Amino acid sequence: MDFFQALLITPFVIMWEDPLFLTETLIKGLMAGVLYSLVALGFVLIFKASGVFNFAQGVFALFAALTLTGIMDMMGDGLPKPLVIIIALGLTVAVMVLLAVLVERFVLRPLVNQELIILFMATLGLSYVLEGAGDLMWGSDVKVIDLGLPTDVWDVGGVFVEQLDLVAAITAGSMVAVLAVFFNKTRIGRALRAVADDHQAALSVGISLQQIWVIVWSVAGIVALVAGIMWGSKSGVQFSLSLIALKALPVLILGGFTSIPGAIIGGLIIGVGEKVAEVFWFDLHGGAVENWFAYMLALVFLMFRPQGLFGDKIIERV
Amino acid sequence: MDSTQTQTQSGAEDGSFVTPDGRTIGAPILEVKDIIVRFGGVTAIDGVSFDVRKGEIRAIIGPNGAGKSSMLNVINGFYKPNEGTINFKGEILPAMEPYLAASNGIARTFQNIALFKGMSTLDNLMTGRMLKMKTGFFSHCIYFGAAQKEELEHRERVEHVIDFLEINDIRRTPVGRLPYGLQKRVELGRALAMEPDILLLDEPMAGMNVEEKEDMSRFVIEVNEEFGTTVLLIEHDMGVVMDLSDRVVVLDYGRKIADGSPDEVRSNQAVIDAYLGVSHD
Repeated sequence: MDFFQALLITPFVIMWEDPLFLTETLIKGLMAGVLYSLVALGFVLIFKASGVFNFAQGVFALFAALTLTGIMDMMGDGLPKPLVIIIALGLTVAVMVLLAVLVERFVLRPLVNQELIILFMATLGLSYVLEGAGDLMWGSDVKVIDLGLPTDVWDVGGVFVEQLDLVAAITAGSMVAVLAVFFNKTRIGRALRAVADDHQAALSVGISLQQIWVIVWSVAGIVALVAGIMWGSKSGVQFSLSLIALKALPVLILGGFTSIPGAIIGGLIIGVGEKVAEVFWFDLHGGAVENWFAYMLALVFLMFRPQGLFGDKIIERV
Repeated sequence: MDSTQTQTQSGAEDGSFVTPDGRTIGAPILEVKDIIVRFGGVTAIDGVSFDVRKGEIRAIIGPNGAGKSSMLNVINGFYKPNEGTINFKGEILPAMEPYLAASNGIARTFQNIALFKGMSTLDNLMTGRMLKMKTGFFSHCIYFGAAQKEELEHRERVEHVIDFLEINDIRRTPVGRLPYGLQKRVELGRALAMEPDILLLDEPMAGMNVEEKEDMSRFVIEVNEEFGTTVLLIEHDMGVVMDLSDRVVVLDYGRKIADGSPDEVRSNQAVIDAYLGVSHD
């Protein structure tokens, strides 16, 4: 009886009694969701264009954040801060593009036309290589990203909102808008969509798959950089960052592997869901609901809607 | 084309000739020589040679599994032949690359339509202009100035193709929603947007009804006559092939068994046996 009360009654009573707290929880959840969305977005971009499930996407975020802090440390205090930030960001983007070129040349190209599972294994290997490389180059201490982003807390009618969260949300939102324009309005975007739709047809009109792969992996790297900065500003750049990749998995199952809006909305649902579950259903099973909620939700989706909310419908012909 | 057509009225040394309907067929633009393609233990193409002359409509026919589609895949670089050479516009290569083929003027359609299904008809055709666009990557990222001007120029070419193929009313429709016959037409449009020198058509009329077939035949003939585009097509419908083509090459089990005008091929005993079936009574 206690169990059912904790499951079905108490949480809603708390929500009802303290709507401000509920709002705050929802906002917190949305902000965490934005970060999941960013990582999932990187997955979707690569999956659409090259059919590769890039397990290393989370490590990309870590690696990008590490590189950024490392470069900023190396430049020291001699230069004015904004200049340091701009140069470091530029260099990090360059490193991510270079990484994309290397991945295309040494991972994708030799493995072209191989089974998907082989490519997946390759990205698994890639994630360890990158993690090691990041460790080797920049050390394994927890680092602080200081981009001068606002860290104050706003009191909006009794609801506390962290400014950093807002910045993250705005950045992610504009990023998605830029990507949407890039995909729909530019020649390269058209080529990207073409490759995502049909490799053979794309080849037949002279689109170079290799070039497209480099571009897509670069874009995914830059998306990872943004995710890494946001996450790192919140909780420091540390190796656990690479684990958010695992949280992106349920996001993808929810949103569908091929849908960009799906990645965004899936991320938000997971973010909000797990926060609400953690805060209001804490009593259940002695807490830590946040750790498994996303996977349970994914499991439910796999049973009832395996293609996700926005994915291509799976039609099996017999 | 009437049945008196032959290629004996050759005047020039390179074998150019004039068809009865007055088109001039020039020197070979494409020549495949002793092509061998093996997949594991199976030999899909076994030493096939033939040429395609500038301005002609050339057909490859043969029963299922004869190696027709494989041949097209060799020509546009999807398959790398194990042996043999491809001579396109005087450049002799052991194998083609898809990118090289496309940029040198080889466009193609596919047997099982390969379109960008999520994109509109217009966007599909615009992909055909990819290689013709010159402005750089970054100016396209911001889609400004020169890039925009260029986009408009290419748009004009594409509009021309849209008019030509009479697909004006489906320009905004995502092609995945179009009926089969129209999808085939859009695919042809995408190939035409590339302004190719040679057009490879893999069963352009497969699965079409009579009316659609007539439309498609008309388009192929008009493309050939108006733009002077050389056409190499694979077709199952014998009637269509005989009507359309200037010369026909016949494949069977990966080998070439005949090559000549439709009439020569029609009366060839090997072709009758292999393709039209041997009478057993």
